[in-house]
Amino acid sequence: MPQPVRAEHVSPGRQSWVRCENDPGPERDGIKQMPDFLLEIGTEEIPARMIASAQQELQRRVADLLSRERLPAATEISHVDTPRRLAILAPGIPDAQPDVSEQITGPAVSVSFKDRQPTNAAHAFAKKAGVEVAQLERVTTPKGEYLSAKVTKRGRSAAEILAELLPKEIASIYWPKNMYWRKPNERFVRPVRWLVAMLDDQVIPLEFGGIRASNGTRGHRVLFPGAVVISRSSEYSENLRNAKVLCRAEREQQIRKALDAATRTIPGARWREDPSLLDTVVNLTEWPSAILGSFDREFLELPEEVLVTVMRDHQKYFAIEDVKGKLLPNFLAVLNTDGDPQGLIRHGNERVLRARFNDARFFWQTDQKHPLRDRVSWLKNVTFQKDLGSYYEKTLRVQRLCSWLTETIKQKGIAVRPGVVHKAACLAKTDLTTELVKEFTELQGIVGGLYARVQNLDRGMPDATRQLIAQTIYDHYKPVSAEDSVPRSVEGAVLSIADKAETIAGMFALGLQPTGSKDPFALRRQANGIVKAMAEHKLPILISDLIKLARETYAGSVAEKKFAQGTNYANALGAFFRERIEFYLRDQLGYAYDVVNAVLMADADDVVDAVARAAAVSEVRSSADFASISVAFKRIKNILHQARETGKEVSSAVDSSLFQEEAERKLGAEIPEIAQAVAQFRQAREYSRALTEISRIRPAVDAFFDKVMVMVEDERLRANRLALLQTLLKEFSTIADFSEIVTQGK
Amino acid sequence: MAPETFLRVLDPKPYKVAYVQPSRRPADGRYGENPNRLYKHMQLQVILKPPPENIQELYLESLGALGIDLRQHDIKFEEDNWESPTLGAWGIGWQVMLDGLEITQFTYFQQCGGVDLFPISAELTYGLERIAAFLQDVDSIYEIVWARDPKTGDMVKYGDVRLADERQMSVYNFEMADVEKAWKHFELCEGECKALLDGYSIVREKPQVSQRDLGHPIYDKKRFPLLGAYELCLKCSHLFNILDARGAISVTERVGVIARVRALAVGIAKAWVDQQKDEPQADKEESEPAAEQNAADMAPATP
Repeated sequence: MPQPVRAEHVSPGRQSWVRCENDPGPERDGIKQMPDFLLEIGTEEIPARMIASAQQELQRRVADLLSRERLPAATEISHVDTPRRLAILAPGIPDAQPDVSEQITGPAVSVSFKDRQPTNAAHAFAKKAGVEVAQLERVTTPKGEYLSAKVTKRGRSAAEILAELLPKEIASIYWPKNMYWRKPNERFVRPVRWLVAMLDDQVIPLEFGGIRASNGTRGHRVLFPGAVVISRSSEYSENLRNAKVLCRAEREQQIRKALDAATRTIPGARWREDPSLLDTVVNLTEWPSAILGSFDREFLELPEEVLVTVMRDHQKYFAIEDVKGKLLPNFLAVLNTDGDPQGLIRHGNERVLRARFNDARFFWQTDQKHPLRDRVSWLKNVTFQKDLGSYYEKTLRVQRLCSWLTETIKQKGIAVRPGVVHKAACLAKTDLTTELVKEFTELQGIVGGLYARVQNLDRGMPDATRQLIAQTIYDHYKPVSAEDSVPRSVEGAVLSIADKAETIAGMFALGLQPTGSKDPFALRRQANGIVKAMAEHKLPILISDLIKLARETYAGSVAEKKFAQGTNYANALGAFFRERIEFYLRDQLGYAYDVVNAVLMADADDVVDAVARAAAVSEVRSSADFASISVAFKRIKNILHQARETGKEVSSAVDSSLFQEEAERKLGAEIPEIAQAVAQFRQAREYSRALTEISRIRPAVDAFFDKVMVMVEDERLRANRLALLQTLLKEFSTIADFSEIVTQGK
Repeated sequence: MAPETFLRVLDPKPYKVAYVQPSRRPADGRYGENPNRLYKHMQLQVILKPPPENIQELYLESLGALGIDLRQHDIKFEEDNWESPTLGAWGIGWQVMLDGLEITQFTYFQQCGGVDLFPISAELTYGLERIAAFLQDVDSIYEIVWARDPKTGDMVKYGDVRLADERQMSVYNFEMADVEKAWKHFELCEGECKALLDGYSIVREKPQVSQRDLGHPIYDKKRFPLLGAYELCLKCSHLFNILDARGAISVTERVGVIARVRALAVGIAKAWVDQQKDEPQADKEESEPAAEQNAADMAPATP
């Protein structure tokens, strides 16, 4: 749901504009002084997915325009959007821009008068300012005395400005896909069929797409086919409601109510919440209602995933479940009309769904004729990517990568079943050859998992093993989005990571990495998935190893010959993954950006470790000790930077015999002592305790900067002090680079 | 796309036409076993150039004329943009949903044969089997009553007319079409089409050319058979679909073959626009009924 945009356009500079004496009274041109402005763009049906963002953009554009033109609305701007209209209501805008007076400076007095008579220069200036010569004033500037005049610019009427400027704003709305219908250079999402632009009861002479604005809108296509005249802009919503058109919030409420009411007819049943489906049907209706339909119980033998996909993605129906969450043989359809008294609509929808389910069942049964294990070789004929070969080749590579990964994590004490991963990797892509996936591509992976569950995978395989393999296949595309969960098992996580890493490695090696907003192979999303799966399953896999091993799976392949030469594969991928980890820590786990920077500056190779460090640093970040350490570290970095810039030497090791000050001696003694403790805790991944140790260095550091001058003349002293600082920085930045932490007020 | 659509939308002359055409999509065949899927179905194709402002209202009225009372049903226009990559044609529009059933594809053409259209045409394709099944309230397309004997009242059902076609052509398209020969046919049609297009470009430069120049009898530009070239292009498009149904085209090859057919379509569209330019204004053929018996839509199934 778009939030109502706050009216941010109340011009802050309003007071600086001087209202003139000849200010019009409350009435001008028959409009009250602060009329309500209404704009409605009436179109043929806008695609549901585009309505919300276009509405927000239009509202922002109108608000900006009003603010820019000094016509701010008195209260919040509101909107109405339906499939056939985008409308904006700006209550109480000035009927005209305020007049403005301005003092303009003219020629010097010395050249304006000759013998006390005005010269041509004075006359010309008076003419330009639109005043008599006698009305000219004088100003004294550092450069001398000049003529000056007060010029009044009369504000233009709101109607005039809106008629002139709105068409450009309407034309500028961004659409993911637009069209032309009248003139090739005139584009919009669908043909515009009517326009309403009014200030109270007055029509603004606005024109767009060959349509002239009027006060006539249209109601619901079927329920209110007649003309609808808007008497006053403030009555717009009411007029629409009478014409069987509801605004978004009302439609959503009405749909929820209707779904509830229809569901209540089945005891104990409830409809499955589905925010994106709800959003879609809200955007497909002007006057919604809902019906309850049913289908034959025998279809429940088909997997729920298939039934729900058919209902949701193909028919936009809501599924209904019983108390235990089991699917019921019913569905809810949202209509764009006020009801179905004779049950004709229900009957029609049931027939369509029956046909769809029949189709799905036909595919399911056809697919069983060839079990997944027979389909592995079929993958030779399915192209993965034109330069990377077939899915068969991909399968072999993913299997190899899986073996490495399972071995690695097993050695580090993670319980994993390599045989399960291996078998699942072998079958994971075979569902691409099934009719069901060809029909419902969004079910890839899931269908493979479902088939593996019911098919004989290997002679004598225990049922539990088969179920785990099936689940591993089922989950291996997960997480498909930032919101999606990771695979349920470690085996699933490993396969998911290997599958994605192999793709990313191949694409980067080909030089097809994402650039800017272009990411046609969704590599960023896949890398996000890898990071999330590693983090949540706490898999001790180093990104650098993963990158290297994924690349090695291509060794000796035909694909390898196509790989781009001279690209810095490892560096590019390292940076790419670092960004993905950053995204995960910041956007998914909610850590502050400076904490994330600090943590990743120290190390960005181990995801699990980075998450733990971010948690620990986040906790201490606002403490006084760390605020102080952060300031000190920034200072140290600056000093070292400066030293480098000016070519000052830094000793390779600290020589304690060169210490002169007590503070220096103390810091020199504490660094190795505390650093050792820090290193031990870091080794044991006890980051909170490590940080507590680090905080102990603060008094010594503070005292050092208090008492010791670093950049002294004596070269040996200076080099030794720089070395001391460098050691401090190095030894205490292994958990996070504290200089990255943003401190309050410093 | 029948020539009545493909070629007629290219030029600027206003044009309105409605005709029934069979649409063939080999990969959609289901051996006659699926009650809702056909390799060949009938479309009522309507072209309106330029589209009238009240086109949606006219369309809804046409449903009324078919006997569908919209006040008792649920109608929605849901985004669906049509595209035929082999013919370089695409448009913006909707699938029209009646009680959850897609009954019409409604498209504002934007490009055809790679040519930006002006004025544009609106294309309405009514799915006749679906509408008939809806009106007759039958679950299977094959149960649609096709005709009744006026004397006895005996029914002829759609299945009686079409089932054998679906069954046999599914077997042919999926199992028996000779892949090697289909490729040869493809190349032959492509070659002849290209030769015609080359011929046209000669005629275009020199309106009166000798037999020696062309290897054919003398033609003037207006009589040059671009329609013949288009028919060959459609054959290529159909052969591509058959090869696709046979699984004989890998994903990699696919792009290349589509580009080959598209090149023909684009060449024909350009030539046609050129040929029409010199047509005298008085030439009024536009209201001519166009119920071609073999205007098979060979547009490929879009993915």
